[in-house]
Amino acid sequence: MSAALDVRGLTTRFDTRKGPVTAVNDVSFSVQPGRIMGLVGESGSGKSVTGFSILGLIDAPGQITEGQVLVDGTDLRSLSPDALRRMRGKHVAMVFQDPMMTLNPVLRVGDQMAMAVRVHDRVSKSAAWDRARQALETVGIPAPAERLRAYPHQLSGGMRQRVAIATALLHRPSVIIADEPTTALDVSIQGQILAEVRRLADETDTAIVWVTHDLAVVSSLADDICVMYAGRIVESGSAEAVLSAPKHPYTRGLIDSVPARHAPGQPLPQIPGATPQLINLPQGCAFRPRCPRATDLCAMQPPQAGEAHFALCHHPLTGSQT
Amino acid sequence: MLGYFVQRLAQAVVVVFAMSIIVFVGVYAIGNPIDVLIDPGATQEIRAKLIAQYGLDQPLWRQYLTFLVNVAQGDMGTSMVYNIPVVDLVFSRLPATLELVFVSVVIATGIGIPAGLYAGYRPDSYGAKAIMALSVLGFSVPTFWIGMLLIMTFAVNLGVLPSGGRGDLGTVLGIDTSLATLDGWSHVIMPALNLSLFKMGLMIRLTRAGMVEAMRTDYVKFARAQGLTDRQIVFSHVLRNISIPIVTVFGLELGSTLAFAVVTESVFTWPGVGKLIIDSILQLDRPVMVTYLVMVVILFVLINLTVDLVYARLDPRVRLKGGA
Repeated sequence: MSAALDVRGLTTRFDTRKGPVTAVNDVSFSVQPGRIMGLVGESGSGKSVTGFSILGLIDAPGQITEGQVLVDGTDLRSLSPDALRRMRGKHVAMVFQDPMMTLNPVLRVGDQMAMAVRVHDRVSKSAAWDRARQALETVGIPAPAERLRAYPHQLSGGMRQRVAIATALLHRPSVIIADEPTTALDVSIQGQILAEVRRLADETDTAIVWVTHDLAVVSSLADDICVMYAGRIVESGSAEAVLSAPKHPYTRGLIDSVPARHAPGQPLPQIPGATPQLINLPQGCAFRPRCPRATDLCAMQPPQAGEAHFALCHHPLTGSQT
Repeated sequence: MLGYFVQRLAQAVVVVFAMSIIVFVGVYAIGNPIDVLIDPGATQEIRAKLIAQYGLDQPLWRQYLTFLVNVAQGDMGTSMVYNIPVVDLVFSRLPATLELVFVSVVIATGIGIPAGLYAGYRPDSYGAKAIMALSVLGFSVPTFWIGMLLIMTFAVNLGVLPSGGRGDLGTVLGIDTSLATLDGWSHVIMPALNLSLFKMGLMIRLTRAGMVEAMRTDYVKFARAQGLTDRQIVFSHVLRNISIPIVTVFGLELGSTLAFAVVTESVFTWPGVGKLIIDSILQLDRPVMVTYLVMVVILFVLINLTVDLVYARLDPRVRLKGGA
């Protein structure tokens, strides 16, 4: 089976006043149809920029400098701006973090969704509204016809995020990039949406890239996991392998920092230090200053990526240590 | 909605009433019109008679009361200078000002909003920088000076446009207007352009600021992620969102231009109400001043009401409520 999304060597650089910053550094991964890939990392690790880079929505001073983004076999980076625009929404769609901000406050939900339908398909307005209504039904919104006539401020946060997901689903795209779509929601709503997304991926065969900093979300949702640190993917593999037997010390640290895993009253283990500034990355391995396993080798040369369940580390954890 | 209207109407009545007192007292304080109007050689007897005829011998409160009673009967008074009813006088001049303001507002928004959109859409382009530089000129260089430059250039040196006056009038719907004749247009275009420059600068800056801000919002990014064209994003998503501040300023500017097109009307000897009020102040023609200022207040109240209604149309989050 060919991958719905195949990202190869994607590199995105921002030319800031202090110098160039590589926010996404040689990132490669692929997602099969119907699979959900969790792209995990802390704030500033480059996971959101990766999502926007896939859609080619990087604004100056940023630019994608290298790599390929293959959606259904078409390299988005080789397309003209207009051809790329035609791919967006049609073949690859995106859902954003904050549902309060993603919908235009002065337009009816139905008008916004109908616009998204009609930009790719030449259908009448009423047919577009009909499609929008069906999409709302798909994501489990009760009384969809009524919701279409509502303005965003009349809907709850969870409802708005469902609308955003329904909008992304309008053209049955092969790939959906979801940029922390449940972060701003209540835990109970989050659970509902995660279940809905899992069901949609299975039913529609959509490949989903789920960008998040929340390992708990990923563990209940994702088939595969990529862990990002300082613009690079430092560990990748199946969700089960990565979560149960992490190889990279950073992944280990992330997993240990999840509160649910520890007895109440015990201090939480933390990863010492803070995310490095991208403009001023440490020599060698970027995680070295915070890593309990670092040696002189780590300071001298950056580690190289391996195969299957790989970790970008000179001293990967082995089964016995976890 | 009905409650809202009743409340606004009550507010308007209070505002107009309060304003009329302020205007009346203010005009009273400026000076005695008899000193200006009367022949210096007139006898004391004639003087006293005239003062009595205009009711100027009465105390202020009684003058005001008389004024109110007359207004209640639809009589705003008679001009002391022209000796015709003030209402007729003001309304004979009003169309000239209205047409001037109308054309200038059309120029200001017709050029200002598209220019502002462009400047906000491509903020780093040379075109945007040129537009912004012009907008600064537009509202920092004094109107009268630009007016004189326009006259120098187009009327004196090039001789293509007349320097002043209203030109030939045509009749549209029973109203005499310069906009009905070509000659009238040649007279109106230069003062209208002059009057529009300040507003145009303002419109450009407001539109640009809104546009720059809106282009960074999530809903614009989301629209782009759906594959919408930039044209759709600007005209369907952004314009609607940034129109509220634009409408606000538009309303304020419309009101103040109607009321105080004085400078431009003077430079271009345009026979509008602005010129009338200046002449009236110089000649202490009290009834004209009072009537004009009260009319300006009513105008502002109406414009603000319209702006509020437009808000509610533009932004579904705005609810017009009575009470409170």
